[in-house]
Amino acid sequence: MSRPSHRFLRALLPPLVLLLLVLVAWQLVVMLLEIKPYLLPSPTAVVEAAIEHRAELFSAIWLTGRAAVLGLLISVLLGTTTALLFSQSRIVRRSFYPYAIALQTVPIVAIAPLIVNWFGEGFQSVVVVTVIISLFPVITNVTTGLTSIDEGLHDLFQLNHASRWQQLVKLRIPSAMPSLVTGARIAAGLAVVGAIVGEFFAGSLVQDRGLGYFVLSTVPNLQTDLLFGCVIAATLLGVVMFAAVSLAGRHLLGRWTAGMETH
Amino acid sequence: MTDLARASGKGAASPAANKRGMGMISAQQIGISFSPDQPAVLEGLDLHVGEGDFISILGPSGCGKSTLLKLIAGLLDPTVGKLEVGGQTDDSQAEIGFVFQDPTLLPWRNVIDNIRLPLELRGYPVKAQLEAAGEIQEMVGLQPEDGLKYPRMLSGGMRMRVSLARALVTRPDILLLDEPFAALDDMLRQQLNEELLAIWEKHGQTIVFVTHNVSEAVFLSQQVYLMQSTPGRLVGQVQVPFPFPRQAALRGEAEFARLVADVGRRLREGVA
Repeated sequence: MSRPSHRFLRALLPPLVLLLLVLVAWQLVVMLLEIKPYLLPSPTAVVEAAIEHRAELFSAIWLTGRAAVLGLLISVLLGTTTALLFSQSRIVRRSFYPYAIALQTVPIVAIAPLIVNWFGEGFQSVVVVTVIISLFPVITNVTTGLTSIDEGLHDLFQLNHASRWQQLVKLRIPSAMPSLVTGARIAAGLAVVGAIVGEFFAGSLVQDRGLGYFVLSTVPNLQTDLLFGCVIAATLLGVVMFAAVSLAGRHLLGRWTAGMETH
Repeated sequence: MTDLARASGKGAASPAANKRGMGMISAQQIGISFSPDQPAVLEGLDLHVGEGDFISILGPSGCGKSTLLKLIAGLLDPTVGKLEVGGQTDDSQAEIGFVFQDPTLLPWRNVIDNIRLPLELRGYPVKAQLEAAGEIQEMVGLQPEDGLKYPRMLSGGMRMRVSLARALVTRPDILLLDEPFAALDDMLRQQLNEELLAIWEKHGQTIVFVTHNVSEAVFLSQQVYLMQSTPGRLVGQVQVPFPFPRQAALRGEAEFARLVADVGRRLREGVA
């Protein structure tokens, strides 16, 4: 066995063993205490329900995933553009930044009905909610990355008579890349949350029934086993998106971290 | 003309010898304070550096040595006094190279791309940038294959060489160094001192070298200026009599040791 795979296994084994133990304990507790399935379904019941409804579940994951990915892309583009504007004008940054922070604290659940009111029931409202939830980490991280430039590097560019444009393109933007990746990773996790919350409010149209709507629909029917299936599916979606962005980020930052592996 | 100037068709990077007086620095009673209610950082400072001189500025940490260099570099403006750097004419500016205390390299650029940055910012053709960077890379003792390495892969000494190469790539009239070798071990520091001296002996830039290491200042320069803090001011000047080219063996001579001890004592007395 080669060493890297050995290390990988060693990192993976303990959490997997723990998971197995928890599942067995869960199964035993549900069976022995005869807990009502609508309160707490057993793991086997969850798996059975997920397999039975797999077609609907997959289509829901697909829909929610699409909304989350589109929302994330818009957030990254919009957030980066906003941060670029903030970085170029101190007065703009000073005026708008406090509101950008304050807006972050507005409970999305409270304004979601308003968004549905404006954008209509359906996919577009789901994407809007996703953007609102995942936008701010991009703005704040990229703005910080663009504006907190090493003083020595700043002096170096001054000394060589760099224009504003050269400073932006050759210093600020490359310096901000690690922050952009961090922001996008946080945003990836939030995008899934945003898409599901959005679907709670705007996802009831037949063609737009994603995980959020699916979760809601299981409650009146007491399909708690299926609800668990949805939660697991949503979690996996979040993990996959986070991992995809992390991987893309690592690829993108290859030059920024070049040589780190050699130590 | 240098290869660089030929290759680029521009005259801006011609050697110092072609631009009489570009390497001069003249400061009259300059001072700077960052806020009116705080004591001045520098006060009543006179400094005259001739074309092609190698001087050191020696003083304790926080005495304003770096601030003085930034003033000469034009990164800061004096709040009082008159500072002239380079020739009298307004249309041609003295080319200044600056070596920071930290290597201050762009981590996302490899060695050669870091070295050519100043030329890139001045709009030279890429071919000329690469040619000049390759030449300078050799001059500071880097191997050709180091050019493709990234800063993180290099040792502290190598990074400093890259930083020095970047400062030299524009063929500056004036080279300013701000405690460049302070973070390196003694052996490496001495080696780089000798290499810097060899570069100066060959190319004759004006060099202002800031340090808090007495032996380094004496070994390198023609004159050592002593500085004192709060407010930063020059309190003395020592002529270093040893002829050039200087060799490593100079450090072992009794006269050298005596002068180092003498300068060290004057520095302590001035500061006390």
